[in-house]
Amino acid sequence: MINVSITVNGVARTEEVADRQLLVHFLRDTCGLRATKVGCDSTSCGACTVLLDGVSVKSCTVLAAQADGSAVTTVEGLAGADDELHPVQAAFHREHGLQCGFCTPGMVMATVGLLNENPNPTEAEVRTALEGNYCRCTGYHNIVRAVLAASEGSVA
Amino acid sequence: MIPPLFRYERAGSVEQALSLLAEHGDEAKVLAGGHSLLPMMKLRLANPAVLVDIGRIADLRQIRLDGDQVVIGALCTHAQIASSAVIGEHLPLLARAAGMIGDPQVRHRGTIGGSLVHADPKADHPLAALASGATIVVQGSQARREIPSDEFFLGYFTTAVEPDELLVEVRFPSAAGLGWGYEKLVARSNDWAVVGVATVGGRIALAAMGDRPLRARGAEEALAAGLGIQAAADRAAEDTEPNVDISGDVEYRSHIARVLTRRALAAATGSG
Repeated sequence: MINVSITVNGVARTEEVADRQLLVHFLRDTCGLRATKVGCDSTSCGACTVLLDGVSVKSCTVLAAQADGSAVTTVEGLAGADDELHPVQAAFHREHGLQCGFCTPGMVMATVGLLNENPNPTEAEVRTALEGNYCRCTGYHNIVRAVLAASEGSVA
Repeated sequence: MIPPLFRYERAGSVEQALSLLAEHGDEAKVLAGGHSLLPMMKLRLANPAVLVDIGRIADLRQIRLDGDQVVIGALCTHAQIASSAVIGEHLPLLARAAGMIGDPQVRHRGTIGGSLVHADPKADHPLAALASGATIVVQGSQARREIPSDEFFLGYFTTAVEPDELLVEVRFPSAAGLGWGYEKLVARSNDWAVVGVATVGGRIALAAMGDRPLRARGAEEALAAGLGIQAAADRAAEDTEPNVDISGDVEYRSHIARVLTRRALAAATGSG
């Protein structure tokens, strides 16, 4: 067992975890933040995407120990203090960028990561940037529209 | 899937990493970005008793010019390499290769050193390093060794790095201004190469055409003899032992190697 100090959605946490604990299980089981999903569990589907020090990563392939000293943002950490949706969340809502919703937390976090790096992506850039996030419902069309809407700041 | 039990050790410096490796011998594996090792452990294809995490050694994260060489620290991520101005100018082939690995999240974590020591014969970094004539620098407790990429890959997932050594940097001769080509056929998005071909400066390397990345020496000879792109490409699959799996058999991969070599050489010579 080892001690890790990780700031999750702005809250500093120090926890004793197993050496082999994955970040996704730290978030879901230790922190009780269950929006981040375990999908393929093999670094492919992107359902477990979170921001680690502002950069999108697949939390099924990061040890909690590797995140020691870092800041993690999950989809629970996006909304404002008054529960106002983050612009990316609002865009997914407005453009109906989801159906069953399982991939959505990862899709939203990958989008926030993309827009941090490239605030005004083209449609082609959006599709390339989301290639690590699988959606089995939508066919991606509305997801791409939502990302473009969020990037244009056209979401109320 | 959760990795099998192991003890996590964090190294704050190269010296500390070497001492942990000396202490634990071949019981230990080095953890960098973890994007090859952790999936292998989840699948029980690797089961080290100790992981030595070198991820915080800032010295290994630098990209710098040293004369006519570009020196890339072992921990430089694929994303860092793909977006580096120095690499864009001096090693555009490497920038392309790094930018094609996995997806953005994978590129944020995966490292060049990790990819090279993992030595997947289908992977991008080994292919790019071999085509570029890179030199891999490993540090042991007693000595530092410089291993040419032609001698680095020994077989499937096997390299010349000893268990008590650490890959610390990769030195690439600047290819600024040289024509280059990088072609990769994948069966689906994000997948490893069915066949990959990289060429720069008269060298041609192949991925997924053997148990390690291979030079296409017949094609290089034809090119050096001035026989032209098609004649060179026709010899691309000579002396190879292509991987055989669901993505292709020997005949198919040999054909694809010839096609991609022609395209890569056309791109390199501006005749594509």
